Amino acid sequence: MRRDIFQAIADPTRRAIIALIAVQAMTPNAIAEHFDSSRQAVSKHLRILTECELVKQQQQGREIYYQLEVKKMKEVDKWLVPFRKIWESRFNQLDHVLSTLKSKKK
Amino acid sequence: MTNNLLSNFTVDKNTSNVFVTREFAAGLPLVWDAFTKPEILDQWWAPKPWVSKTRHMDFKPGGRRFYAMVSPEGQEHWSVQDYTEITPTTNFKFLSAFSDPLEKLDDAFPPSAWNLDFSEAAGITRVSIVIDHKTPEALERLIQMGFQGRFTMILDYLDHELLPALTRKP
Repeated sequence: MRRDIFQAIADPTRRAIIALIAVQAMTPNAIAEHFDSSRQAVSKHLRILTECELVKQQQQGREIYYQLEVKKMKEVDKWLVPFRKIWESRFNQLDHVLSTLKSKKK
Repeated sequence: MTNNLLSNFTVDKNTSNVFVTREFAAGLPLVWDAFTKPEILDQWWAPKPWVSKTRHMDFKPGGRRFYAMVSPEGQEHWSVQDYTEITPTTNFKFLSAFSDPLEKLDDAFPPSAWNLDFSEAAGITRVSIVIDHKTPEALERLIQMGFQGRFTMILDYLDHELLPALTRKP
């Protein structure tokens, strides 16, 4: 089954992995060092990200490096940003409305 | 900004569903009112700098909210929400569709089905919203029509949120 890219980034650990390798390509071991979860769990996340083509593997000598597919990331962005921004903006306004209503009640 | 309150947003493109979950630092009755009373809804429903204007709203099963999102330039996007089910303070559902200023529905696409769940624990109210857009085309169109000209917003997001997050040292 081909995985959905939005499922891929719905997971906080996978988002953290994306943020990590955006700075520089990293080996699975180096990535795993940044997380409390097991290496196995991290490899599973990497596999999902690879299947969604959000990251790609690159052989360098004996090591495999994971690198961010920036083009694919932008695709996600195009889809999600307007939606997310709207809800954020809405709910931040609602936070204000609620705190005003609460203080009026007192 | 939202400190420890949960805030989550995901899209499942396969099912054309959007999931939005958010917690608020307020009791359930107040949050329920904010979602179901037009005078409060209009204070927050439209993302800035847009303004929400409810023409009429009858919050009961079979009732309707007819409202516009108004741009700073005065451009109006009209929509209706037809309430299908209401379980006071814990759940309501509605069908949402675009319309013209005379309340004639745009039937080019199926209405989206909204389900809103409310629950409270220790003074924090959680709202979980599922929006079923029915078809990928409807989901895509929503982005295209509602949010054209919002490119600056996207750039702003890239500058202030995504890029810092991507370059932040772990």
